[in-house]
Amino acid sequence: MIRVRFHQAALAALVLATTLPAQAHKLWLLPSHTTVSEPQWITVDASISNEIFGFERAYPVDGLQVTGPDGKPATVDNATKMHTRSVFDVQLEQEGSYRISVAQPGYFVSYKVDGERQRSRGKDADKLLAELPKGATDVKLLEVLNRLETYATLGAPNKTGLKPTGKGLELELLTHPNDLYAGETAQWKLLLDGEPAAGIKVELVPGGTRYRDSQEDWSVTSDDKGIVNIQWPAAGRYFLEAGTGDKNVSNPKAAERYLQYLGTVEVLPM
Amino acid sequence: MRLRYLTLLPLLTSQALADTFSVDVEVPRKRVAEYHAPYVAFWVENADRSTLEPLGLWYDDQEKWLKDIRQWWRRTGRSQSAPYDGLTGATRSPGTHTVDFSKLDALQSLPAGEYTLVVEAAREVGGREVVKLPFRWPAEETPQQQQVKGTDELGTVTLTVSQ
Repeated sequence: MIRVRFHQAALAALVLATTLPAQAHKLWLLPSHTTVSEPQWITVDASISNEIFGFERAYPVDGLQVTGPDGKPATVDNATKMHTRSVFDVQLEQEGSYRISVAQPGYFVSYKVDGERQRSRGKDADKLLAELPKGATDVKLLEVLNRLETYATLGAPNKTGLKPTGKGLELELLTHPNDLYAGETAQWKLLLDGEPAAGIKVELVPGGTRYRDSQEDWSVTSDDKGIVNIQWPAAGRYFLEAGTGDKNVSNPKAAERYLQYLGTVEVLPM
Repeated sequence: MRLRYLTLLPLLTSQALADTFSVDVEVPRKRVAEYHAPYVAFWVENADRSTLEPLGLWYDDQEKWLKDIRQWWRRTGRSQSAPYDGLTGATRSPGTHTVDFSKLDALQSLPAGEYTLVVEAAREVGGREVVKLPFRWPAEETPQQQQVKGTDELGTVTLTVSQ
């Protein structure tokens, strides 16, 4: 059973590799604070940039959802798309943990015109297909679900607001994401539509790539229960990226779907 | 614990009931342009932290910076709210200050065992330092004295445990 799933995932990844633009940039949220001891506003940036965490292009935050410690939507203000980043403020007013996520489903369409491969993307599949140039062949619609997440806590952490939604690629945060300390190990579980996802590679990049010669990235792969163990080499902010693909599309016009989890976590010194 | 006191009570005439647990803390004088007195937290823990008792906190009613006393915040502070457990007071100016925690019930009722007193200081526009002093509880006939010298945010810290 597991072997079959592995095989399908590998196949999907292969197909995707030929469909998606080769130079997919990194998408991330960057919170001003993740651990606070007094009710306050924090601010979060959303940008598309391979430099971690240097702003380059604004990532739209239309799909923003902030879940509070009681599991209900929390207060957000000033959501704005700027030139190099989007920005929004989150009010931490209740004791406990907040999940800040941007998960906006979208579509990629690839096609050929005069033998040359072209691509376009958008939020509306029908509109994308309708706008294809005349004579487009080899049309392939791809569903994309990118989930950007970060977390913040006022006072003692809790997990009510961190419960997975059961949609797309997510993390079940066994170790609390606002309880990460240098030298310690976090254990998380990869979930695909709420089910444990085996064999998924999670790539990690420490923040501050501008100030060093190498990426210093590394990766871990989820075991047959979907579990990854991540040891934090030093205090700082980290970018996490995991992706997979399958044919479980929600729009029947799409051939495949591509899913990403893109997280930002902060590790404190102890 | 209470049982012990009750049985001993008739024997004790002039002696105080509680063991003495006293800490001398030196807040170092800093030659800096912008000086803020350090926030300081005191607590007692055992080796596996199955026991952890907050003893005290010095801060200036600005809860916003309590998270910067990082270890205290993680171990106990974040699961409390004002008034914080133990002897709480304002920050102290440079010099040596004596704090007597003997009257804290939580301390007096600690089960017999090996413990560590942890003192953590964090200063705005400054650094953070943690010092640890081991001791045995309850106090023994021979007074225990432990001394550690901090290097940055804490000067000499002395713990005296006696009957």
